[in-house]
Amino acid sequence: MVNPTFRITGLDAFYGNKHVLKNINIDILPNAVTALIGPSGCGKSTFIRSLNRINDLILTFRREGKVCYHNQDIYAKDVDVVELRRRVGMVFQKPNPFPKSIYDNIAYCLKVHGIKDKDKIDATVESSLKKAALWDEVKNSLRQNALTLSGGQQQRLCIARTLAVEPEVILFDEPCSSLDPISTAKIEELIHQLKQSYTLIIVTHNMQQAARVSDFAGFFLLGELIEFDKTDKIFTAPKDKRTEDYITGRFG
Amino acid sequence: MGGVKTTTKQKIAFSVLFLCTLIVVLPVLFVLWAILKGGAPAINWQFLSTMPREGMREGGIYPAIIGTIYLVSLSVLFSLPIGLFAAIYLNEYAKDNLLTRLIRLAIVNLSGVSSVVYGLFGLALFVNFLKFGVSILSGALTLAIMNLPVIIIASTEALASVPFSFREVSLSLGASRWQTVRYSVLPNAIPGILTGAILSLARAAGETAPILFTVAAFYLPKLPKSIFDQAMALPYHLYIISTQIPNIKTEVRYGTALVLIGIVFSMNIFAVVIRAKFRKKKKW
Repeated sequence: MVNPTFRITGLDAFYGNKHVLKNINIDILPNAVTALIGPSGCGKSTFIRSLNRINDLILTFRREGKVCYHNQDIYAKDVDVVELRRRVGMVFQKPNPFPKSIYDNIAYCLKVHGIKDKDKIDATVESSLKKAALWDEVKNSLRQNALTLSGGQQQRLCIARTLAVEPEVILFDEPCSSLDPISTAKIEELIHQLKQSYTLIIVTHNMQQAARVSDFAGFFLLGELIEFDKTDKIFTAPKDKRTEDYITGRFG
Repeated sequence: MGGVKTTTKQKIAFSVLFLCTLIVVLPVLFVLWAILKGGAPAINWQFLSTMPREGMREGGIYPAIIGTIYLVSLSVLFSLPIGLFAAIYLNEYAKDNLLTRLIRLAIVNLSGVSSVVYGLFGLALFVNFLKFGVSILSGALTLAIMNLPVIIIASTEALASVPFSFREVSLSLGASRWQTVRYSVLPNAIPGILTGAILSLARAAGETAPILFTVAAFYLPKLPKSIFDQAMALPYHLYIISTQIPNIKTEVRYGTALVLIGIVFSMNIFAVVIRAKFRKKKKW
């Protein structure tokens, strides 16, 4: 048995008095894609946003229980949150490049980590864009404002930007929900390739997408993790009636 | 018919709204026209660039213009950095608790305090207690204190208008909070901050009460040499020649008013230009 990248035990989360995650226990394995499915408002986004502590920005957020990353509780007092976020990257639902050039969007990551060497920055910009399968489309317009790109290109730029930080884990929060089918296919293809080198967690509303890209799948409902297993098991032989109802489209 | 009635009502409503707008604009236009008409004949290079003569009945208003420029520029050196940093703290770092809510409320209220109160405060603190005397330094600090709430409010609004997602993304990429503010939030807020700062400076340039007890001189034969000297200033000079000096030509009074309004107006227009330019660039 490989050591899990994340081991979450007894995680409860609240926004004010609203109990949004209830006693979540889950192991996230390295170099695999874990998909989290479930209807809107079931807590999936809150869950992955707890893994890089980006939910700390929401003042009413509160949690109990343990989130261990490589056996280290990330909510412990002495944890360097900045370092945690460097190793656990995130791609958001809405493509959100900075209003800067394509080049500067990626150079931003290096700048904040104190890298000033121009050659190194050039090389990272190129390699990140290549890994995100965007290089061929933008290599002649790196100085163009990133906001002039199409939605799908913007989202791949955001992925490239995340890759430039060289994380170990990448969290995807419904990365395709605002994209057309062709862009979605490109992102899925990309996720498939990234799996070789990264641990990926993807929140999605799209069941086919979960079935296509993931190795493990978890079904959330009203803040509870109903079922978690290998993806083919979840989709072919779910143990829980509610999972079955959801994936066959009887509710949700 | 119902339809006719609706359009008639609409016409009446539009007319009332238009009339109110007219009531707002007309007095301003009239004042401008009167000052322009009365002051234009006095404006020439000599008027702008020479010292007053004959008990200020002749000659120019050069020292008053220079004094106002000194005061405004020195005051922005104090108020902009402090106001900006306070705004960054309030908007980016401060927790939302009773204390910060009280501070915010206090700042909003301070921006409405009448300027003569700031003048007396400056007299008590800078002139007397800190012993800066009646000087450019005391005056500039008083103007800076008066401007701080306005600059803080404008800067806080500019920072708050930067989308939340910029902060989220930056932090998710492993930037610290300060780096996020410095590289991601501030560059997008600068135009709004500058606009607010310039507008507040324009107000400072035109205020009389705060400089009355802290810096303004009735008449000085020489230009100020250091920040510990007294200075003449346009608004105070205008007050003097309008009330204290008999038998002065009206066009000198109007001319002085015209110069003061010209300075304030060009600063406001500059602020508007910055804002318009930024709106065109802004894409999110």
